[in-house]
Amino acid sequence: MANEQAQTQTHGSGGGVQTTGHVWDGTLQEFNNPLPVWWTYGFYITILFALVYWFFYPSWPVGTSFLKGVNTVTYVNQDGQEESWHWNTRAKLLGEVQAAKAEQKPWFDKIASLPYDKIATDPELNSFIQSAGKALFADNCAACHQTGGAGKIGHYPNLADDNWIYGGTFDKIRETILGGRHGYMPPYAEALDKGQVDTLANYVLSLSGEPHDASKAAEGKSLFHSHAAACYYCHGDNAQGRTDIGSANLTDKVWVWADVPGGQDANAKLAAVRNLINAGLNRGVMPAWEGRLSEEQVKVLTVYVHELGGGK
Amino acid sequence: MFKNFKHEALETNTGLLLVATMFAISIGGLVEIAPLFLIDDTMEKVDGVRPYTPLEQRGRDLYIREGCYTCHSQMIRPFRDELLRYGHYSLAAESKYDHPFQWGSKRTGPDLARVGGKYSDEWHVQHLIKPTSVVPESVMPNYPWLLETPLDYSDVGDRMRALRTTGVPYSATQAEYDQNVKQFGAEVAAQLHIPDAQKNLVAQAQAGNYDGDRSSVTEMDAMVAYLQVLGTMVDFSKVKPEDLVKYR
Ligand code: HEC
Ligand code: HEC
Ligand code: HEC
Repeated sequence: MANEQAQTQTHGSGGGVQTTGHVWDGTLQEFNNPLPVWWTYGFYITILFALVYWFFYPSWPVGTSFLKGVNTVTYVNQDGQEESWHWNTRAKLLGEVQAAKAEQKPWFDKIASLPYDKIATDPELNSFIQSAGKALFADNCAACHQTGGAGKIGHYPNLADDNWIYGGTFDKIRETILGGRHGYMPPYAEALDKGQVDTLANYVLSLSGEPHDASKAAEGKSLFHSHAAACYYCHGDNAQGRTDIGSANLTDKVWVWADVPGGQDANAKLAAVRNLINAGLNRGVMPAWEGRLSEEQVKVLTVYVHELGGGK
Repeated sequence: MFKNFKHEALETNTGLLLVATMFAISIGGLVEIAPLFLIDDTMEKVDGVRPYTPLEQRGRDLYIREGCYTCHSQMIRPFRDELLRYGHYSLAAESKYDHPFQWGSKRTGPDLARVGGKYSDEWHVQHLIKPTSVVPESVMPNYPWLLETPLDYSDVGDRMRALRTTGVPYSATQAEYDQNVKQFGAEVAAQLHIPDAQKNLVAQAQAGNYDGDRSSVTEMDAMVAYLQVLGTMVDFSKVKPEDLVKYR
């Protein structure tokens, strides 16, 4: 097979070219052509580049430290003083973030100085909020509240309607985003019997004009306002809910938790409310974003969400 | 020495080729990795990083078993777009108790290094059972068995003992436990004590109620407990950004 020595072969068109000496099947050989000149010089240039790079950027480890290079990055430290450090991605990021903040500062200053309702009517500001808010919402909120804030009955409230569990003012929305929310309603499966839960469910449906049994609803009404069930304690005497604890308004057509709109017929709607009263509510958690999102991001989202739902 | 060395010698000798290949590759490792163990400021000095509790550690094992790392990285790089999307860049210190670490670079799905606290337990349960139920356009597979399968925690002590040999400070003796109390405080130290591992695991699953069902400890409990702790150990409001710069 392979010959011992490299040799000059003269076979076919490869005349005069050095081969590696490998010959297969008698005729198949491996030529040892020199590399193209441009390639060889390209190779030398990469070596040269590395030398220049070592000079400017962090490179070789030396003992317990490393060569830092002469390049530096400047940023402002927490005490407001300018500081320089040898080039590294963390320093570079810090500088970039500060530069971007400075660039966006006029926007945020304007947002901070204007009353919220003026922000919505300022076309320039509004388009800033719309584009920045949309991206923030998609990255952080849409997984629960869905695209456009449409929500998911039984799990995540709709943010695009003008119904607010915790209040739709800018301050309340901001409070919701920063601190999170966790509504709680106790389970009634053990405290009440089946018949009682049934009457309550009929009453709740009657409040929003859904099909119901009128006599059962009347019974449910008195139970609702009694000490035995104490629904009124959280949902209020008028059953319109309290925004301070996020107890839903039961008198409107908007359903956050009980999937009444999805019920095929009166029975299914009744079952949805019954199940909810039996099981209570505890798993609906809106995470707190303080610390995770910056002050500016929260501000943008507050205005964005407010406008999504035509806030108050 | 190399004068008479022929390329052919390598090409025709598998053993020699193997050794030479290993040698060439090890240069990369020696130059890029080995110095990190010698350089003083590789590991940032930050408070809060602790080993996983037994339940979280089992969740981490499941994360690896299910191959979540084939689509998810756990390494937020120090770039502005990553900062805006995922939060603070990952620190070396944050994965010092991870064996093996889950940094990765394959991102079919988003980075998970700071997913802890971003969503509710309920969301994670829904999402793991059927991702499209909450994210309609998701291509992440369904993992419904996590909720149905009881968690096997019979060997959690052995798993912690194995990690202990790699340097994770799980305590096997009273002296080690006392040391952990000093380093992490009594509450965390109790969780790191190997003899109590099973008891601690069940207690955390019961109290946390991650899967929404207290009647049994499922694999879902462990997985969600793990996901919810990712990236939450360091309180960055207490860290000066310019201090972290100096660890590079
Ligand atoms: C893990 C799922 C989840 C994520 C992510 C989430 N939310 Fe929520 N959000 C909820 C739940 C659940 C509620 C209802 C809480 C309750 O009623 O107790 C809620 C409630 C709200 C409310 C109050 C609605 C009202 O009617 O008063 C607002 C406003 C809100 N979220 C905005 C946001 C914003 C902005 C984001 C993104 C930064 C976000 N949410 C991310 C689950 C989530
Ligand atoms: C401890 C306070 C509390 C008590 C008592 C209480 N609720 Fe609630 N209820 C809530 C809260 C809070 C919510 C909304 C949960 C959330 O947003 O996370 C709610 C939600 C509901 C809903 C769902 C509304 C929707 O939009 O889907 C219904 C129906 C309901 N309650 C009926 C009742 C009935 C009937 C009773 C009495 C048997 C009752 N509640 C007792 C706090 C309470
Ligand atoms: C085939 C690739 C793939 C695999 C395997 C995979 N995921 Fe995902 N994952 C995705 C994609 C794509 C998304 C983004 C869409 C979504 O939220 O579902 C995602 C999103 C997520 C999120 C939400 C992240 C965020 O910030 O919104 C979590 C948490 C998650 N995955 C956990 C897991 C876990 C745990 C496993 C293993 C049991 C896993 N994933 C396996 C592709 C994958």
